[in-house]
Amino acid sequence: MEVVEQEKIIGAINEKFEGQILKTEMLYDFFTITLKKDSIIDIIGHLYHHPSTQFQYLTTLCGIHYPDQKQIAMMYQLHNLVSNVQVRLKIHLPEENPTVPTLTPVFAAANWLERETYDFFGVIFQGHPNLKRILNVDEMIIFPMRKEYPLEDQTREDKNDTMFGR
Amino acid sequence: MEIATPKYNMSEKPEGIEGAGFFATSLEKVVGLARKNSIWPLPFATSCCGIEFMATMGAHYDLARFGSERLSFSPRQADLLMVMGTIAKKMGPVLRQVYEQMAEPRWVLSVGACASSGGIFDTYSVLQGIDRIIPVDVYVPGCPPRPEQIIDGVMKIQELVEKESFRRRDSKEYKAMLNQYGIE
Repeated sequence: MEVVEQEKIIGAINEKFEGQILKTEMLYDFFTITLKKDSIIDIIGHLYHHPSTQFQYLTTLCGIHYPDQKQIAMMYQLHNLVSNVQVRLKIHLPEENPTVPTLTPVFAAANWLERETYDFFGVIFQGHPNLKRILNVDEMIIFPMRKEYPLEDQTREDKNDTMFGR
Repeated sequence: MEIATPKYNMSEKPEGIEGAGFFATSLEKVVGLARKNSIWPLPFATSCCGIEFMATMGAHYDLARFGSERLSFSPRQADLLMVMGTIAKKMGPVLRQVYEQMAEPRWVLSVGACASSGGIFDTYSVLQGIDRIIPVDVYVPGCPPRPEQIIDGVMKIQELVEKESFRRRDSKEYKAMLNQYGIE
């Protein structure tokens, strides 16, 4: 991605949200901006309407668990379909209370993606119209993608430590 | 040159008393014979074992040779529930409902490692064997099993069907077994 494009995005954010950017980096050829968590939805809405960015397509959003930092990150990936520019916005939430406002007022597509993130990471999206599990069974009491929960089904009897190194 | 005598795939007649123009045996054996050779399977195929089942139903392997060419996609007319593939925990209640909708007598064939034990999917989202929610008659190992193995499993079911007594489904033991699974 060209530096000009990166500066356009940074400029558009700084126009209205000065001091919100914590870090910008190229991660695996993908331009990533780490932001403060407070006004993430306003920033995405701003980038949606801003003439120089026009990020009007939400590619995906998801959670990431960082057990060492005791943080859960939220990642939003946006796409400008006119100039074919993509950007990733990242915020960090505390592990014990991962709460963030919902993105559904800006992108209706965020509805199911946020339900998935709630399902697997337990992130609470404030104002979400229907925040319940989407993929796992409703009776599940854990958030399986968090690192403190084991991957394996704990009720399986034919595998034990001596043979499989559980 | 010797001409090979054609080998017909016919069922053995049951034990009985035979004479000129008559054959007498018990009703149970006749019904067993008829049931055994006209099993209507309900294929519950969720993954790659289902692909093997397609080959099993195809012309090369041809389950029709065993009287099972008529698949029943309604559980109410099916005799045999063939579970082929990974059953996710979310699919569990669906499978159970299909089993409950089948009329007695009913049999269950668990095809492949996933249906039998969870297989390689030792994970929070996958049911670790369908015998946790419904009773199973025959297990077919393999990942996936070849069509020959599936046919072998069906033939084992045929043996069970043939030898089943009329009273088995009314017995206390059978009801107790169903109660274990919480099925009335």
